[in-house]
Parts: sequence; structure tokens; C-alpha cells
Amino acid sequence: MIRFLTRRRGTTRADWTDWASWAYLALGVLVMFGPVIWLVLSSFKTQSALQEFPPSLWPMGPKQVVLQGTDRPLPVFAVPQLDGTIAERAMIRRVGIEGQFIDPADPDRRIQRARLANVTPVRELHFAFENFIEPLRQFNFARYLGNSLFVTIVATAITLLINAMCAFALSKYEFRGRNGIFLFIISTLMIPITVVLVPAFLIVTGLGLGNSLWGVILPPAATPTGVFLLRQYMLTIPDELMDAARMDHASEWRLFWRIILPLAAPALAVLAIFSVVWRWNDFLWPLVVLNRQENFTLQLGLAAFQGELQTQWHYLLAMTVITLLPVTLVFAFLQKYITTGIASSGMK
Amino acid sequence: MANLSLRGIVREFGPLRVIHGIDLDVAQGEFVVFVGPSGCGKSTLLRMIAGLDRPDGGDVLIDGVRVNERRAAERGLAMVFQSYALYPHMTVRQNLAFGLENQRMAQAEIDRRIGDAARMLQIEHLLQRKPGQLSGGQRQRVAIGRTVTREPGIFLFDEPLSNLDAELRVQMRVELSALHKRLKATMIYVTHDQTEAMTMADRIVVLRGGRVEQAGSPLELYNRPANKFVAGFIGSPRMNFLDAVTREGRNVVVDDMPPLAVPAAAETSDGEPVTLGVRPEHLGFVETAGLPGTVDIVEQMGGESYVYVTLANGARLTVRRPGQTALSTGDAVRICIEGAAHLFSRAEGEPAIAPRVRA
Repeated sequence: MIRFLTRRRGTTRADWTDWASWAYLALGVLVMFGPVIWLVLSSFKTQSALQEFPPSLWPMGPKQVVLQGTDRPLPVFAVPQLDGTIAERAMIRRVGIEGQFIDPADPDRRIQRARLANVTPVRELHFAFENFIEPLRQFNFARYLGNSLFVTIVATAITLLINAMCAFALSKYEFRGRNGIFLFIISTLMIPITVVLVPAFLIVTGLGLGNSLWGVILPPAATPTGVFLLRQYMLTIPDELMDAARMDHASEWRLFWRIILPLAAPALAVLAIFSVVWRWNDFLWPLVVLNRQENFTLQLGLAAFQGELQTQWHYLLAMTVITLLPVTLVFAFLQKYITTGIASSGMK
Repeated sequence: MANLSLRGIVREFGPLRVIHGIDLDVAQGEFVVFVGPSGCGKSTLLRMIAGLDRPDGGDVLIDGVRVNERRAAERGLAMVFQSYALYPHMTVRQNLAFGLENQRMAQAEIDRRIGDAARMLQIEHLLQRKPGQLSGGQRQRVAIGRTVTREPGIFLFDEPLSNLDAELRVQMRVELSALHKRLKATMIYVTHDQTEAMTMADRIVVLRGGRVEQAGSPLELYNRPANKFVAGFIGSPRMNFLDAVTREGRNVVVDDMPPLAVPAAAETSDGEPVTLGVRPEHLGFVETAGLPGTVDIVEQMGGESYVYVTLANGARLTVRRPGQTALSTGDAVRICIEGAAHLFSRAEGEPAIAPRVRA
């Protein structure tokens, strides 16, 4: 890793191009990761820390100490001393414009008085984990998480199966109108989802799937992108393999399961990743179909934090981080497949 | 083991007819090679026998039973494909077992058959590997092994050696012949390489443009080609062809050059335009008479020599001489016929006179 990072253009000294490329790449990292890092750090801030101005990068909170004899934590201030230095002192009491401070290291010593105008509160790194714990306990977020997982997994499985079957028929069987059907499927890519939203909703409610997770899963299960991706890949599987399998007493069904599906695994992996990302991040369609709290997916749950009058930013940010986690993990482990998928289909 | 009969097989791709009514019988245990230039329909014919393709007319009979409507798997045949078509995601063992498992064969029987085939083809040490980890020759063996385990009535081979290098091809040719002798199975083999056909076949079927040009044993085709196409296709280097006119008394004249004595069985009449065909090994050099020409190139193979000669009228001939030769580029030579010659009528390409075979 170090060797890789310190690799240079020349042999002995760093060339100016090395510095330039370093600077360029560092800028790229900053631009790409800056917002994500800010999101993660901000998700640990308390609500008041979020509304501070100027904002701080790290989650900071007022430093407090718990001392014997006091029933609540005492705030810590930087108090100027007689000898000109500044020391940290805990405030026990506030009297008008003055405060009474003691040394937290030596609480039995005398009480020092100082004007509040002269002291500043001491701040320290403070992670507000309650941002994560509270919504999971209070707002049924575990339920939303479960719903999202169910929708994502089941929908991806269905998508893979029916898209693979469709692609198999379109790539390996000769029949009249084959190309016409394929073009028809592809052409549906040009219709924006907003156009079909209302008709699709009417169909879903007509089928009695309104307000159910199946109503979220089924309508977008067959994707033209998936059919296209898989068909193009299956075209590269040689027909002689199918002939060989037919001579080997394989039924068409067995041919599909034992020969075509395993050989299309790389394309299936790409589609699976796409489908997981789509389903996990999908907002509009679940919003239309689902209107009862207990059926909400994560994305809908997140939106619930954003009220008309006030937004609970600390919860919203924390839950956004949780929502990002699975997709990030999927990407981290399968990014090779994702990049080949984007490269081969031109879609993301 | 089974025999095969084709009755008036026709195949059309749209308006284009590619197989024009082929009749053929393949006896039990026979090794038949379909040979012809690319596009002659030999692979299409094989696919129709296999059941992967349907004929538009005519019948395919296996053991006297019409099998036109039967699917490929139900015909009891096995096929080696040009690209081998091994399942890349399965190990060699799984490749061999796939067809047997599909027939719900008992595991013990599957193991026995795979063991036998692997031993015979010396691929026992490869059983756990995937096809991607095998060399071309090893893949070839596995592909053959897959057909052997099936114990089919007829083996079909679709240009199985065309992806191998020259040395391996010679070796596999010998092994395939040995396999045929050991299994005594009916085999149908498609190739465009006449050497493979000559070396392996019991019987060669020469195809051109979807028609059978001639069918017979290798030497029959070599010695008595039915027409100019077969004569040119079988034998390497290719037979020499010269336009000539017959003279009385078993003679022909090529342009205005001295007449050539043709050792043909039948008398030649006078003034009939023919194509004279002579194999390179049946040409020789003489001092007087014969066709005058100049040596272009001499190829010394050590054991034999090829001399390429341009005649006075511009025609080019290949002469094959045993041993080594003292001739070199630019030498003037005279050429005569020393062995069999074939006369083909110029219009039809059919032999005008029954060709004579050297005793």
C-alpha cells in the first residue's frame, strides 16, 4: 500500500507531476468523500450542536464533569486565574452575572468567583449515540428496516428469475417477432416512471395489493434494463453448448437451470447489485403504494422525520447513515461487478 | 451400434435450398467421413442426423426406424462438437456425468462408465479439473469421453480436430481410428480436410453444394474420381488439370505441344475437347517429346521433391518425384505421364473416358 502510494514517476526524486497528481487526487477524494464524511460526523451531533453557527466538522458538545456531592453533571469553563493562566473549572452555581467555580481535580479547595463575561465554556468531542438508539426504539425503525430488507431481497430474487427467463427466450430461441418484442421491451425504457405512476397505482389497488409490500415488489420486478443486460450476455454463450446439452438428454428447463443460469452468473451478479440498490433506495413507488406506518420502508420512514414545521435533523442524519450502510457494503465487496456492469450496459 | 439411412434429405433456409435430396446408407460399425469445401452442407447434414436440425424433406432412419420426429436426445446418438462444447462451469467428471444423470442412471453405473472412458482416453487425472484448465488436446479427449460414456448407437464428429495444432491433429487422428477399431461403433465424421478423410475413413462421402459428388472407399476416390471436382479435392498436392484435345490412339494434345500418350483403358476418338487430369506423382521427366516447360520452384523435402513447372502455354504443373532432385529454378524440362491419367469432359466435369489405374 505504502509502496503504491509513494510510487513516483522518476526513480530518485519526486517530479513536479507527482505533486500535481497527488494534489489532484486529494482534491478528488475531498470532493467525493467530503459530503459523506460530513454526514457521518454530523449524525453524531446533538440537535443543538447541529444548529450551531459556525458549524464544526467534529461533533462537539459542552464538557461536563460529575463530582461527588452534586446531583447533576457540572459544565466546565475556562476561567482566567490570578497568575494570568487559564484553567478549567466546573461551575457549581450561577449568581447574577458571576459564577462560582471549583477545580474538578481538587473539589475541596475554595470556591473561585468569576464574571461570566470573562469565562468561556469548554467543549469536547461528544458522540450523540442516542441519535441512533432513540429512533430504533421509539419510531419503529427496526420494522422499517425489516420491510426494506424483505422488499429488497424478495424483489431482487423475482427480478433475477423472470428477467433471466425472458432474456433466455429472447437470446436462444428463434421465433417470429423476436426482435420486435425485444425492441418493444427496450423502448419502455423511454417512458418515465411518473407517466405510468397513476395507471400502475390503479392496477395495484384493483388487484387488492394496495398498502401491501407485494404491491411494492411486483410491478417493477420485470425491468427492461435487466432483460437487456442478461440478453446481451446470454448471446455470448455459444449455441453449441445448448446443442450438446440437448444431445445429453437435458430438457429445456434443465438447460436453463444447469447450463444457462450458471454461465450467466456474472451478468446475474450485476443485475442483482443493481436491483438491490434500486429497491433499497426506491422512494417514489413505495410512497404511492404504502400509506400505513407499519408497512413503511426505510426511505419512507426517513421522510417521516421531515415534518411540515420542523425537521428532526439529528434523527434524520443518523438514520440516513444506517440506510446508506447496506448499499455501501454491497458496493465495497462487489464493486468489480458493478463497474463491469456499468461499462457493459451504460446504465447505473 | 446402429446403422443409418438417409432418404432424399432436403434442407432449405428460406428460399435457399442447401441440401438437394441426399440418399445414403451407413452400415453398422462403419466409419464414414463427410468431406467437402466449406458451405457444402456437410455440417447441416450432420445436424439433421443428430436431430438438432429438421430436414424439410426426406427421412432419417436409424436401424430402419424413421426418427424424423424424435428429439436429439431420443435418437441414441452422441456428438463431438467443433468447439468441444464442454460445460465450462462443471468439472470434467460432471461434464461426463451430465448426460447420464439426465437419464436418471444409477450412480454406480455412471461411475463405472466414467471410469472406463477416463481410463481408455487417459484423462483419469483430469477428472476434477474444469475445462478452462485443460489444453486443447485434453479438452478434445474429454469431449470424446463424453460421447463414449453415453454408449451411443452412432458417434457424430463435427470437425473435431480443426482447433488443434498440426502435430496434435495427427496424433488424435490415429487415436480416433484406434477408438473406432476398439469400440467397433458406427461413426460419422465431418471435415473439410481431405487428409483426415483419407486416413480415417472406411468410406468417404464427398459433398459439394448440398449434393453427393461421390461416395466410396478412400482409394476408390483417389484412383477413380467420378468427376473433376472429386479428383481435385481428394489427394494432396492437388491433381494437375490441363485443357486438351483427344487424338486417335490414346493420345491427347495440349495446345500445339507434342502429343501425350495417355495410358487410358478406352480408345480415344479424334478431336474431342477434354480436361486432362494427372496427379503430381504420376508425372515424370523425359529427354525427348513430352510437354516443354521451365522449372519455377523446387521444394526438397528430403524423402521426396516437388517441382513446380510452367509450360510453354502458361499452364502450371506440380510434379512430385521420389527422393531428391538435381533440378533447379530456370531449368528447361520435358514432362510426360508416368502413371494414371484421367480425362474429364470439359462441359460436365464427368469423365469422358473411364480412367485407368496403374497396375
